[in-house]
Amino acid sequence: MHIDLYERFWMWSAGAICAAFFGTIVYGLVSEGTRPPSHVETIDPTAVWSDPRFAQPGVTANPDGSVTVTAVALMFAFQPNEIRVPAGKPVTFRLTSPDVVHGFEIVGTNANTMVIPGYVAQFTTTFATPGEYLMVCHEYCGLGHHAMMGKLIVEEAL
Amino acid sequence: MTTARRLAAANIGFAVAAFGIAAGMALMQAVSRANLELPWRSPQMYYLSVTAHGVLMALVFTTFFIMGLGVVFTTHALDRPLRWPRLAWASFWVALVGTLAALWAIFWGKATVLYTFYPPMQAHPAFYLGLTLLVVGSWIWSAVIIATYRAWRAEHRETPAPLAVFGMLATIVVWLISTVGVAAEMLLQLIPWSLGWTKTVDPLLARMLFWYFGHPLVYFWLLPAYVVWYTVLPKVSGGKLFSDPLGRMVFALFILLSTPVGFHHQFMDPGISSGWKLLHTFNTLGIIFPSFVTAFTVVASLEIAGRSRGATGWFDWLGKLPWGDPLVSSVLLSMLLFAVGGFGGAINASYGMNSMIHNTAWVQGHFHLTVGSAVALTFMGTAYWLVPKLVRRELELSLLAKVQPYLWFAGMLLFSISNHITGLMGMPRRIYDPSYQGSAIAEAWGGLTGLSALGGLFLFISSAFFLLVMLGTVLAGRPTADTTVAFAEPLEGQPAKRILFDRLGLWIVAAIVLVLIAYAYPLAQHLQMPRFGSPGFRPF
Repeated sequence: MHIDLYERFWMWSAGAICAAFFGTIVYGLVSEGTRPPSHVETIDPTAVWSDPRFAQPGVTANPDGSVTVTAVALMFAFQPNEIRVPAGKPVTFRLTSPDVVHGFEIVGTNANTMVIPGYVAQFTTTFATPGEYLMVCHEYCGLGHHAMMGKLIVEEAL
Repeated sequence: MTTARRLAAANIGFAVAAFGIAAGMALMQAVSRANLELPWRSPQMYYLSVTAHGVLMALVFTTFFIMGLGVVFTTHALDRPLRWPRLAWASFWVALVGTLAALWAIFWGKATVLYTFYPPMQAHPAFYLGLTLLVVGSWIWSAVIIATYRAWRAEHRETPAPLAVFGMLATIVVWLISTVGVAAEMLLQLIPWSLGWTKTVDPLLARMLFWYFGHPLVYFWLLPAYVVWYTVLPKVSGGKLFSDPLGRMVFALFILLSTPVGFHHQFMDPGISSGWKLLHTFNTLGIIFPSFVTAFTVVASLEIAGRSRGATGWFDWLGKLPWGDPLVSSVLLSMLLFAVGGFGGAINASYGMNSMIHNTAWVQGHFHLTVGSAVALTFMGTAYWLVPKLVRRELELSLLAKVQPYLWFAGMLLFSISNHITGLMGMPRRIYDPSYQGSAIAEAWGGLTGLSALGGLFLFISSAFFLLVMLGTVLAGRPTADTTVAFAEPLEGQPAKRILFDRLGLWIVAAIVLVLIAYAYPLAQHLQMPRFGSPGFRPF
């Protein structure tokens, strides 16, 4: 099979670009632990409110200074809809849905996950900058989807 | 050949009609996203129209157009009539009845579930049954194309299939492997559940099955466009195909890599471990490679065209190309937009980085460059070239046809760039009203959503031009006897013998092995987990 010299050069370069793209991902994974939220845990979606893991949504401070945020995404609100967390500390979000599929995004940050009924979404992130953030649902969940919002307040750590 | 011509005309005619309705929906959405008041604007209308736009563009326009194109390419390149002509017509009618059933459910407000129809949001059974019939119709079409090819193959044992047919066969292989996923989702989960035979479904399993289908779906759209780029574009622009064997390599690689990549749509999903997501990331970055090769081969073929038209310098061959021919300009502009969309796609596929843009306006900015330009604009250009041959009438309103691709290009730049930026700023996709009760953070998106609406207006006018040209041609075009569908000659002449890339059976087996590696274990693991089903919801 004859392949033109320039095209050979192009193909090697393209291969190198693809490899470099994958290399940056592996580098981020190994050095920073950058990976998508992939927590595996199930829950009965018809019994979310009586399940001890989600019966009292809110913010819990852990002994090591980190905090855990437990929240429920439902049509068409977040429970709780105002969340206060400290700046510069690891914040672990735990979310689930008692109805349809929702999304969870804190605008302007990398806090982003799908919230799927029957499953617990969990990820940890750190907010460096204190301030008020907009929290929105990013997956169509019905006619009130665009009104499904909340507030995240990042407070100066004491 | 009359059957083939009429069948292709019916498929492409219905595809164009679906495109027209969907384009109207799109304008309304773009305006709503800019928060401009329309008299009939309501959340019901908006989300219904997002559903209709997605289903009509992504599933109906593409599938019917590709069925028409496949019939033309196969019969002309092999120079023989369709095998099983009655079954071929059955494919059209089954797909049509299914589409009408699904559209009934959508337009009567019983299926506002978007084109991804994630359960436990539950649509009317007619929606699921109708879309299933659309896929069944495409399967019958696949069988007819394969049978026609095999009849030819029986008489030509050693000849490589013409590249146009090889590309269509690759498209069909990708489609048959991938639709297994959506068929399983429909038949095992959604249809019995929507009929009330089962009470609950597992929403994550449904998403895994959907995206097993959902990403190769984009290659089902893209590969026929590539066939046009490789085999029609060089011919119409007056050049030759730079490399026939590399074209075959590209289609073989798409067979191999199209399916084991679906988890890159589920990076943000709980319930799938990050190791499997990484494997799918690896495959996804691999599938960028054949598109890089395509870029070289197609551009080199265009350079040959420019030089045969008298160009002698380094770049003046670009100017010598027939930019006034609507097929040529459509494809060239669609390739430019696709180059940008391709790099955006690599960003989407980049694992943890996906969290910056997942489900934001970036995503609609991205796929309007790929399916909305590389595919749709190529198909429109193809229609300018092909429809006159199918209806035996000259292209009417050709001035509009000359302008239309440029208008699409300008509209898409405005739409896409503004949505990429608002996406990076965190604006979610698919929202009726982006104001979030006057939030200051959301206010920052304002000007850009206006630009996006302006782009939508350009695109709408461009679509209207396209429809006018199509209607004018069919109704008032001057009769012509020219029905020649000719394909580009390879620079080195037609290949004499079959090479490794021609061995479809080998590539299919390899693809199935790769699919099993990527999906069998995570699916088995998933099914063994204690899981809870969800009842249906209809919040629309």
